[in-house]
Amino acid sequence: MARVSAFYRSTVGKKVLMAITGFVLLGFVVVHMIGNLKAFMGAEYFNTYAEALRALGAPFFGHGQALWLFRIVLLGSVLIHAFFGIQLWLVSNRARPIGYEKTPYLQTTAASLTMRWGGLLIGGYVVYHLMHLTIGNVNPDFIPGDAYHNLVVGFESTTAAAAYVIAVFVLALHLYHGTWSALQTLGLNHPKYNSWRRGIAAVLAIVLLVGFATVPVAVQLGVLK
Amino acid sequence: MRLTLHVWRQASGSPSGRFERYDMPDADEHMSFLEMLDVLNNRLIEQGKDPIAFEHDCREGICGSCGMVINGRPHGPVQRVTACQLHMRSFKDGDDIWLEPWRARAFPVLKDLVVDRSAFDRIIQAGGYISIRTGAAPDANAVPIPKRDADSAMDAAACIGCGACVAACPNGSAMLFTAAKISHLGLLPQGQPERFSRVLDMVGTMDEEGFGSCTNHGSCEAACPKGISLDFIARLNRDLIRATLGKGMEVEAPAGGAG
Repeated sequence: MARVSAFYRSTVGKKVLMAITGFVLLGFVVVHMIGNLKAFMGAEYFNTYAEALRALGAPFFGHGQALWLFRIVLLGSVLIHAFFGIQLWLVSNRARPIGYEKTPYLQTTAASLTMRWGGLLIGGYVVYHLMHLTIGNVNPDFIPGDAYHNLVVGFESTTAAAAYVIAVFVLALHLYHGTWSALQTLGLNHPKYNSWRRGIAAVLAIVLLVGFATVPVAVQLGVLK
Repeated sequence: MRLTLHVWRQASGSPSGRFERYDMPDADEHMSFLEMLDVLNNRLIEQGKDPIAFEHDCREGICGSCGMVINGRPHGPVQRVTACQLHMRSFKDGDDIWLEPWRARAFPVLKDLVVDRSAFDRIIQAGGYISIRTGAAPDANAVPIPKRDADSAMDAAACIGCGACVAACPNGSAMLFTAAKISHLGLLPQGQPERFSRVLDMVGTMDEEGFGSCTNHGSCEAACPKGISLDFIARLNRDLIRATLGKGMEVEAPAGGAG
C-alpha cells in the first residue's frame, strides 16, 4: 500500500489517473458523436434511439438506471480529470516563478499549449450544453422526451450552433494532444508503432470534429428540420 | 561582426536581477560562444567592472556544465549542440543576443547565468546506482545484453545532466533527465535489482525538488544537446506503473546483503 500511496502522491501517478479518466471520456464522446449522427435517420428513429438509452439494460436495470450509472461514472471521471489537471497546473506554475524574456516554445503545438484553458472551456461548455439539450432550461422550446425536436429548435439559433462548433473545435484540439499524451503517460509506446500515435490522435480529432459539427451545420442549412 | 548582448545580471545571494546591455563590436565568427564571452569579460575586468558569471568546464560538449538560454533556446540556435560548442558563425552581424539563466524554482540562480543544479544530484542520489558484487573484475561480455537494449541504454546514458530539458520545458519539468537516468540503468541486466525502487525513489525526489509536471510538449527533446528521446519518458511512466501495480511490486528490497 505504501507504493500505491507514493504513486498517487507523485505527479506521474496523478497523470496516469488523468490518462485513464481521459480515455473513459474519449470513449463517451465517440459514442455521443455516433448517437448524434442518428439524427440524419429521421425524427422517429432518433427519438427511439434516445428512449432506448433510457431503457438500456432492461429488464435488469429499471428505466433510466443504467443511464444514470453511466452518468455517475462520467461525472466521476470529469471530476478526477479536472481535479488533478488543476492540481498539476499549480505545480507547474510554481516550478518557474520567474519567466523568460525570450521563449520560443520548442516543438509545442497549439493543441499542447491550450490543454489547460481548453479543458476549462470544455467543462464550462458542457454545463451549458446540458442546460441546453438535456435539462432544457436555456432551450427556447424544450419538450421533454422529444430529443429530435429539442435538437432542431436548439440549433436553429445561429449563436447556439456557432458556440457548439467552437466547443467541438476546442475539444478536437484537446483530444489531439490528449490522446497522444495519454498514451505516453500510460507508457504505451514501442518503436514499431510510435509513429502511429500522433496519426491516430489526428484522425480521431478530425473525425470527432467533423462528426459533431455536422449536426448543427445541417440544422442551420435546413437539412435537419 | 557587431553584436548587442542583453545579459541577465544577478548579484550573488540576490533574489532578483535585471538585463544589462553590452556592445560587442568585434566578435569573430570563428570564436566559440564562450570565447566571445571570455573576450567581453576581459574587457569588463579591464574597465574594473564585474565580469559575467557563466558555468563552464570541458568546453567539449560532454561535461554538462555550460548552459544558458540564448535567444530563448537552451544552448542557443543550433540543435544538439551545447553552448560551448556553439560558434559565432551561427549569428549574423547586427544580431541582438539575449542571455538568460535556466529558469526553474529547483535551479536557483547563484550569480548571473550560473544556476545551482544540485537538485539533479539529489535525484541521482535517490536511485541512480546499482548493486554490484565486489571482488575481481568480471570477464568482458560475461553478461549477454541484446544489442537493441545496449544501444538504447547508451542513448539514455548520453545525458550530460546540463538541465536544458528543464529550462526548455513550459512546465519546468525534469522528466527527461530523470527518465534518461532511470532508463540507462533499467535497460541493462545490472540495473534490474533496483529497477522498481529506483523509479519510485527518483520520481519522488524529482517531485520534492519542486520541478513541474510534464505535459508531453516535447520541448525538452528539442532542446536536449544529446538528443535524448521522449520515449524514455514513456518508459519511466511504464516502470512507475509496474512498480506500483504490476510485476515490480514483488521486488521490495534492493539486492545485496546487509552490511
